[in-house]
Amino acid sequence: MNSNLVIIIAAQAIFYGTPLFFAALGGVFTERSGVLNLGVEGMMLVGGVSAAWASQHIGGTAWVTVLGSLLVAMFAAGLVAAVHAFLCVTLKANQTVAGLSITIFAGAVGLSSYLANVWHVAEQKVPRQLVKLDLFGLADAPIVGPLLFDHTVLTYVSWVLCAVSSWYLFRTKIGLQLRAVGESPQTADAIGINVVKYRYVHTILGGTLAGLGGAFYSLAIVPTWVDGMTKGAGWIAIALVIFGFWRPDLTLLGAYLFGALQALGIQLKTRDVSIPGDLLDALPFVMTIVVLVLVSTRFAHKRIGAPAALGVPYEREER
Amino acid sequence: MKSPVRLERRLEQPRQLSWIIPLVSLLGALVVGAVVLLATGKNPLDVYWRMLDRGFFSQRALTGTLRTATPLAFTGLCAAASFRLGVINIGGEGQLYVGAVGAALVGLWMGGSVPVGVTIIVMILAGMLFGAMYAAFVGVLRAQFNTSEIITSLMMNYLAGILLNYLIFNSSSYWRDPRSFGFPSGKPLDKRDYWPAFEFGGLSVPIGLLIAIAAAVVLWVVYKRSRLGFEISVIADSPRAARYVGIRTKMTIISVTALSGALAGAGGASQVGDFAHYLDAKGLQLNNFGYTGIVVAALARLSPLGAVLVAVLLGGLTNAGYSLQGPDFPSGLVGTLQGLILFCAVAGEILTKYRLRSNRAGQAVTA
Repeated sequence: MNSNLVIIIAAQAIFYGTPLFFAALGGVFTERSGVLNLGVEGMMLVGGVSAAWASQHIGGTAWVTVLGSLLVAMFAAGLVAAVHAFLCVTLKANQTVAGLSITIFAGAVGLSSYLANVWHVAEQKVPRQLVKLDLFGLADAPIVGPLLFDHTVLTYVSWVLCAVSSWYLFRTKIGLQLRAVGESPQTADAIGINVVKYRYVHTILGGTLAGLGGAFYSLAIVPTWVDGMTKGAGWIAIALVIFGFWRPDLTLLGAYLFGALQALGIQLKTRDVSIPGDLLDALPFVMTIVVLVLVSTRFAHKRIGAPAALGVPYEREER
Repeated sequence: MKSPVRLERRLEQPRQLSWIIPLVSLLGALVVGAVVLLATGKNPLDVYWRMLDRGFFSQRALTGTLRTATPLAFTGLCAAASFRLGVINIGGEGQLYVGAVGAALVGLWMGGSVPVGVTIIVMILAGMLFGAMYAAFVGVLRAQFNTSEIITSLMMNYLAGILLNYLIFNSSSYWRDPRSFGFPSGKPLDKRDYWPAFEFGGLSVPIGLLIAIAAAVVLWVVYKRSRLGFEISVIADSPRAARYVGIRTKMTIISVTALSGALAGAGGASQVGDFAHYLDAKGLQLNNFGYTGIVVAALARLSPLGAVLVAVLLGGLTNAGYSLQGPDFPSGLVGTLQGLILFCAVAGEILTKYRLRSNRAGQAVTA
């Protein structure tokens, strides 16, 4: 493999890893508050279809359209996340099944596909896409060009977001309180933290980030609407949260690793290597299983990073 | 500000909840669905009426409904079997695919050389074996390493889909019809090996549905009467208690996951034998039978016999969706409604644990 191919794959890893990171970062926030969100895939798809629709309907300059589309995607997916929060926090429903119901409701053959049909999204192209920026005109610079200066705006946002959310989670009082809610809601409640509010806010925040991830598919990767276009990315994102030990920085790394797997598959396919394409398609899914097993064996007892109250509804009267 | 109602923990569960909750869930889903329809400019009453009409109100509609209900009964049983233990096997989708691969393999291999009764049994067993082994992998990971079965089983759905594509579209496998040049397709079974359907007064009942009913009865007996059933309920209530009394928790997890996969696999066998008569890589992946099975199980509140009943109900919904699909009945609507039903079933479960009480008067508002 020549160095050129390595650079291409690394640059594409960042490209394909970006939506995974957004969705997984959303998962980090949601799970840190003690809510398990298995509805990521559905939220991503709702975000994707809304972004495509908005891109076809918001006029103005390219920037206005793209920004508007992203906001619409965040809003729509956040709305779906609010439903999840209502089920999990207010109704104290089984979070696993609630998340599954979100994915079935909003997923590939559900609401996202219905909306696409009603809004006639798939029939037109997405006019304004997330284009690569060619920052400082350095995109053609050797090595660093494709790696650092030739990405869409969302990739740069994700880098900032990664730093900001690390700071938020581990260096601010709100972050500390958030982690307290995820570790021991009883204790948090006892010292006057509003458990319900924290869980709602961070579940919805997680949903908006998943929506951004979905928008990246319909505005940049594909870039048009196809039913079920995320193809399991939401689930890989859920695994990435575990793989990243519920930390933004490690999650970013994990997302790029999975992005690299996708990029590798695409590159090898176009180069006519004698590996069946299906085998390459299978790579991310196989890797997810392998990674999950590795993480669960080595750290099963210590459960590094896993919020202790993850997936457990909080009920005030019961100690 | 205080909310007008609050939740109060129930001390005992009234028996009638077992049918009230699904009913209320269904109605709730229809109401929320109506809101979605109105918001997107459709007339909900009109849509619902046409769905009832196309799903249930003629012999032809009912025959189609039973056809769709058959795989849903199997995948519903698959989900119910594992959820009962607290193992969330959402791999019914993939286990069904793999079951179809296994059943098609032996079906093609026998090639009409034995009586159809034998073919049916062998194909079902092959489907169950393949489905069980595929699921057991997930069970072993969960039991041995405590790996989340939710994500692994889901990943294996995608892998099973890729396997189907490989076998039919991207290789010259045993399953692929060598005569299909233009568009690759599966090799058809010998006509003598087609599973017969039973005719009841113009209604055609696939043999797979009868097998699913039998499986539901067996499952019900296992839960109610067998040692395994008892152990399952103990583990579901408290894994720790189960370990203390010496129940082999790991073994139970693996065997129940395998059993669950076997049920989905049998559904795959029925897809090949009853309906497609070849390994239909595209058709199998189009329908989301496995995921809908989760809705079936949840609405049936994990009861095996209930699952068959609900499968017919949701089968009607899905079947009506197929026949109505068009400009004024967009695809995705049925999935949306199914998701809403699942929402409401999940939300409805709260009534088993709590009852609503008014904060002002202090008396119960509803059951």
